[in-house]
Amino acid sequence: MSVREVAVDAYREALPVLGVSAVGGLFAGMILGGMNAELKGVAGLLVLVPALLATRGNVYGALGAKLSSALHQGLVDPVFDADDDRLVAAVTAAMANGVLVSVFAAVVAFLVLFLLSRPSASLLTLTAIAFIAGLLSGIALTVVVVFAVFIGYRRGLNPDTLVGPVVTTTGDVFGMATLLIATRLVLTLGGG
Amino acid sequence: MAGSRSTTWTVRGIARAMLPLLAVLTVIEVGSGLVLDTFEEQLLRYPSLLVLVPVTIGTAGNLGSILAARLSTAFHLGTLSFAPDDDRLIGNAAATVALALTVFPVVGTSAWLVTLATGGTTLAPGTVVLVATLSGAALAVLAVVVTLVATYAAYRLGLDPDDVVIPIVTNTCDVLGVLVLFAVVRFVV
Repeated sequence: MSVREVAVDAYREALPVLGVSAVGGLFAGMILGGMNAELKGVAGLLVLVPALLATRGNVYGALGAKLSSALHQGLVDPVFDADDDRLVAAVTAAMANGVLVSVFAAVVAFLVLFLLSRPSASLLTLTAIAFIAGLLSGIALTVVVVFAVFIGYRRGLNPDTLVGPVVTTTGDVFGMATLLIATRLVLTLGGG
Repeated sequence: MAGSRSTTWTVRGIARAMLPLLAVLTVIEVGSGLVLDTFEEQLLRYPSLLVLVPVTIGTAGNLGSILAARLSTAFHLGTLSFAPDDDRLIGNAAATVALALTVFPVVGTSAWLVTLATGGTTLAPGTVVLVATLSGAALAVLAVVVTLVATYAAYRLGLDPDDVVIPIVTNTCDVLGVLVLFAVVRFVV
């Protein structure tokens, strides 16, 4: 293949995926752009944003990749079955990782802000927000990833190529929406 | 085989395999959050810039991971050499830059429109499009460099690029997304 053929091929293959996830990113941005009051109310919240969004991609992207490989190997059947030990273990581990890493991000953010003497909400406020956001986005993303992989597979699509765009798109949107919900909830309960 | 398989399908096994990497990546991402925090005042004053944050980070990560996946596949098929005149290398790098130059102007326009619709525009549309496009162009070049270095390093170290390159490239590009956006906002706004 010539340079031009390679470039055209790569461009055509990637453009739809990039476009779809950019739409997801813009939705997430719309939510973040409307979070003026929350960002002012909880000092240090913005520090958490990249870590929380990346965690969604890293954890649930890995869940999707794991389930796709398992489908290809015949280790898991493409139906949601609460008695399927492997499926339940993969989902539980993803949820546990997602929540743990979110809380860890809040602790690291608090410590760094403290060491730099920068303004920060209390440790309890930041970890409570991260915990609630991690839990809610975990539930939403688990449902989305499991259904996308299973339904894609049953329709004859390769789940490997579905996982990436599905997770990056929904991860940003659900990640940001659940961060907003969690922050409002914690602010209502008196955090700050 | 059965033993190793059953351990990777337990909650503890999966968590143990992933948590160390996740923790390291989280510390790096908190670093980019700190950069965002330093220009929070500007982001809050111009909501269009705040709208750009997730999409810039996400698209930068995607550009890197798509390129990394293509280079890994080419590498496995034996059709990739790391020579500077390799057709596949140059073609994929050119496509990455072209993709950024297609997507980011649209993203900038959309970010401005979103802010207009939610009633908060204080920046000219041209400024927002310029910020998005300059950031995108710089990020495409950086994504190419990071991906090439990571893929080459994996190859030299005898690692499978599929396992290590994509998470490293995606998260590095996330962080670079914030840094580049910060630099461009400083320069343009």
